Amino acid sequence: MSGPNTDYDPVEVTPLRADEVEAMREAALEAIAGASDLEELKAVRLAHAGERSPLALANREIGALPPQARKEAGMRVGQARGAVNKALAARQTVLDAEHEARMLVEETVDVTVPWDREPQGARHPLTTIQELVADVFVAMGWEVGEGPEVEAEWLNFDALNLGPDHPARTMQDTFWLEPAEGGVVLRTHTSPVQARTMLTTEPPIYVIVPGRVYRTDELDATHTPVFHQVEGLVVDKGISMAHLKGTLDHFAEAMFGEGITTRFRPSYFPFTEPSAEVDLVCFVCRGQSPAVEECRTCKGEGWIEWGGCGVVNPRVLTACGIDSSVYSGFAFGMGLERTLMFRHGIEDMRDIVEGDVRFTLPFGMEI
Amino acid sequence: MRAPLSWLREYVDLPADVTAAALAHRLTALGLKLEALDAPGSDLRGPLVVGRVLSIEEEPQKNGKVIRWCRVDVGPEHNDEDGGRGIVCGALNFAVGDLVVVVLPGGVLPGPSPITARKTYGHVSDGMICSTKELGIGDDHGGILVLDPRLDSDAAVKPGDDAIALLHLRDDVIEFEINPDRAYALSLRGLAREAALAYDVPFRDPAVREVPTPNDSGYPVRVEAPDGCPVFATRTVTGFDPKAPTPRWLARRVQLAGMRPISLAVDVTNYVMLELGQPIHGYDGDRLSGPIVVRRAEPGERLTTLDDVKRDLDPGDLLITDDRGPIGLAGVMGGQETELGDTTTHVVIEAAYFDPVSIFRTARRHKLPSEASKRFERGVDPLLPSYAADRVAELLVAHGGGAISPGVTYVGRPPEGRTVTMAATLPEQITGIPTDADTVVEHLRAVGCTVAVDGDLLTVVPPSWRPDITDPYDLVEEVARIVGYDQVPSVLPAAPAGRGLTRAQRLRRRAGLALAGAGYVEVLTYPFVGQADWDSLELAPDDDRRRTVRVANPLSEEEPELRTTLVPGLLKTLARNIGRGLTDASLFEQAPVFLPTPGAGPAPILGVDRRPTDEEWEALQAAIPHQPRHVAVVLAGEREQSGWWGKGRPATWADALEAVRTLARSFAVEVELRSAVYAPWHPGRCAEVVLEGTVIGHAGELHPRVCKAFGVPPRTAVAEVDLDALMDAAVPVVPAPAFSTYPVAKEDVALVVDADIPAAAVAATLREGAGTLLESVRLFDVYTGAQIGEGKKSLAFAMRFRAPDRTLTDAEVAEAREAAVALAAERHGAVHRS
Repeated sequence: MSGPNTDYDPVEVTPLRADEVEAMREAALEAIAGASDLEELKAVRLAHAGERSPLALANREIGALPPQARKEAGMRVGQARGAVNKALAARQTVLDAEHEARMLVEETVDVTVPWDREPQGARHPLTTIQELVADVFVAMGWEVGEGPEVEAEWLNFDALNLGPDHPARTMQDTFWLEPAEGGVVLRTHTSPVQARTMLTTEPPIYVIVPGRVYRTDELDATHTPVFHQVEGLVVDKGISMAHLKGTLDHFAEAMFGEGITTRFRPSYFPFTEPSAEVDLVCFVCRGQSPAVEECRTCKGEGWIEWGGCGVVNPRVLTACGIDSSVYSGFAFGMGLERTLMFRHGIEDMRDIVEGDVRFTLPFGMEI
Repeated sequence: MRAPLSWLREYVDLPADVTAAALAHRLTALGLKLEALDAPGSDLRGPLVVGRVLSIEEEPQKNGKVIRWCRVDVGPEHNDEDGGRGIVCGALNFAVGDLVVVVLPGGVLPGPSPITARKTYGHVSDGMICSTKELGIGDDHGGILVLDPRLDSDAAVKPGDDAIALLHLRDDVIEFEINPDRAYALSLRGLAREAALAYDVPFRDPAVREVPTPNDSGYPVRVEAPDGCPVFATRTVTGFDPKAPTPRWLARRVQLAGMRPISLAVDVTNYVMLELGQPIHGYDGDRLSGPIVVRRAEPGERLTTLDDVKRDLDPGDLLITDDRGPIGLAGVMGGQETELGDTTTHVVIEAAYFDPVSIFRTARRHKLPSEASKRFERGVDPLLPSYAADRVAELLVAHGGGAISPGVTYVGRPPEGRTVTMAATLPEQITGIPTDADTVVEHLRAVGCTVAVDGDLLTVVPPSWRPDITDPYDLVEEVARIVGYDQVPSVLPAAPAGRGLTRAQRLRRRAGLALAGAGYVEVLTYPFVGQADWDSLELAPDDDRRRTVRVANPLSEEEPELRTTLVPGLLKTLARNIGRGLTDASLFEQAPVFLPTPGAGPAPILGVDRRPTDEEWEALQAAIPHQPRHVAVVLAGEREQSGWWGKGRPATWADALEAVRTLARSFAVEVELRSAVYAPWHPGRCAEVVLEGTVIGHAGELHPRVCKAFGVPPRTAVAEVDLDALMDAAVPVVPAPAFSTYPVAKEDVALVVDADIPAAAVAATLREGAGTLLESVRLFDVYTGAQIGEGKKSLAFAMRFRAPDRTLTDAEVAEAREAAVALAAERHGAVHRS
């Protein structure tokens, strides 16, 4: 850049002539308008607004003008450069938008390709149904009781009014543990947990006991030697069969849906008196069969056998140290495999038992 | 118990329009469980008529068989113009003049298709002469049913009569499953009583009859075990015709009730048992020698029972004996020696009341449940013997001739009736059904109780046929079932505020969710294992896991033990999945294992009349094996699948270790994994899981030989930990961490060490050497190769430094890093690669 030159005639400084500046500006705007992509615009920016661009060069010459001429020339060049920058920014915005739109189109993927890369897990429905049952009762303030699967014979039988010579004892095909007279069995029902709870807790008692039990049945479509039950026990003042019915009606609705109620039929269990079998309204035909058409689930009965229940036999309370003149109670028990089979339409017990992942996976984590 | 409806109606005036289904429904509501409804003969269609054989022409066939071409008179309504019909028959056991049963074209017999006139063996057979099997009244397919003129019913018939009615072919049979407390319902008498109750109609007790007074001239009996045999009655019939046929109605009833007709004498004893519920035993009086003696067995005694099994007797067995020794297992099964046979003309009838417990024990001991023992062990009406014996004698003489001897033996006396007192308000209190005192009394009387009312207190004597009623609550059930269980209101009880799940219960759920979330599928396997499993796992002979709790009566002799580890069950389930083509499988199980307590004694059988003492309770607990809950995983195949994104990743030992970390993390517990050698794992690829200095599990790759033994792929990975121990380490309240918000300084170091130095040890050293400014250290690369040198490996660690109160200077960071590297050099001979 040259220093001020007083002899210098501004009119003679060609780049600062109005027509020259106008031409630069026109050329720049034309180039900007002609830039068809960001790459071209970048080149245009360099050529027309960069340090070596004609307008930038012209700007440098302003200093060489006599002071009285600088203002006008500066304004002229400044306006031109402003217009060019504005046009560049506008074009940049347009081209950015175009570019983004194009990229979004170009980056389109096929979202239908599989991503079965990570392994899928699931919990067994027998586990989740035990939790579901527990939660229904915990929501009412009950607690979840537990006991060992290898259990004392006394707790599994005697304490429950199943003495050594009780005919019902042969109905429960028991796995006895060695030595044969050792008084230890694989529990045949969850009921010993009733006795355990009563022996270790003061009434009022409200417990629900899901758990695994054992009987000497061979595995087939409807039997398994290792299965699951849920047992409920209440011991409190003034408890009657009405409370049992109310509890089971609530339980049935929670498991099978609104409007599914229960009915009692007289039955026999040593640990309850009176005892009842509890049936569910068939949740498929809702008790309409056979009026409408024969229902396959309940075979036209309108009811499905669900489990056993009754008022706790005072003899059981006595063996467990509870004063039966003060307290009464009720107990109920259901097979969970059976409940699961009804609820989910499982046709063969072996599917539940065999551990085929194709059975378990569809149940996910929560049923 | 199967009850033909026609038989039931004899004792109860049921409305004529009551169907079997309706009756069954009402009885179910009273507590008899319906097993099945059967309508024998309902698929029969006539014409099924009596025919008289007019002529027989035997025609040998080319195949060696002889067929008979018969003319049979089937009554004017069905005969052709020649006064009969031509029928081809293959059986030979009938003669001209015999009365037979003929099904005519258009008729339908149980089973196959309708009968038509058809051409066979060169004749048009215009009907079929029936066998007992074809008629559904017997098993004898070989022979034709020839009507027996000695039977009154058969003697009176003529050709053309309807055979369906004659042979009682149609009936309704209700089958009940009888609960152990309702022994009386194992008889038509008991069922009729319930039916009368159900319809509130009169009941006629078939046991009510005049019986002669006992005397000394009956068959001599001595009861030496009165505790086992409170009552023993006999009657005697002489001159009985052993060849006399059983009346059709009687045989048919016995058959419909589910027993096989055998001979008149046997059929009658069974009939009376079914009718009254009193098991009867008949002896061939000529084969008895000396008085009948009821006593317990002596050691070493043996008896061949009717089922042709020679049995060693137990001193607890109650026996019927005569001079020559045992002749029957009392109340369970008779002996062969004195069995009623086809030459028996002198019948000694036994009707006794035996102690239920004694019978139960003998039947169980000899695995011999019989119709008799089933009734005795539940409790037969002790007043029945004399009536039942009289009824048997009556039927024998009525259908088999001879005479009832005047001698009537009756030894012993029935047990006293019990008295139960109950507040009249108890039924309402226990059932929740509003029931006033009058209703209670009325219903108790309806079931046969004698009730004395004294204000609010009822004194009740249950009937002799209800030994199950002993307690006030038993009376409550009687009242409730008659009022109707459907009357029980539905009231939800209000439990006191609960504490929700216990911590252990929540953590167990968490463990399962964590593993399922990590891609494992839960399975529940059986706990039964055996020697072969331990051998396949290559456990040493003294391995603790071979010390097991054993099942005395296992389902499979190969698997008599309870598991001490979850691994065998999981490996078998994995093999099953792989066998079904599911080759990439990750499984887990959460279940208890069973660890015997060394030196544990038997679990005591305590009293039930009171709560156990603390000492008794302790003794009981001590006898029960320890049952810690374990969790285990197995995985094989690809842990991450190959796909369009690239190659997959096989499941390895590292996944098994990570499963353990996943579990530990889900409880916020830290475990240490360190190298170990432990069966059944690969000795170079096994970690023990250490928690606060205690080994609580193992993880790694399965030993190749074990893979082979269980049929799972090579490199199958396995982990198992004691979940209870892991849960015990979970802190109940996790303290919140403190962390700095000043900038982090990151430094990477690569250290060359001998190949056998555990990376975890080097990391621990770095942590120690770096001091408190170190925030974390993470191994991010392991490199071996020529550049590093034989037997060496390069471990690259990313270290992060941060101070709680300031931004660290480069010099501070460098100093801490160098201190860490220096300690690693000192302790592990680590060389810093820069």
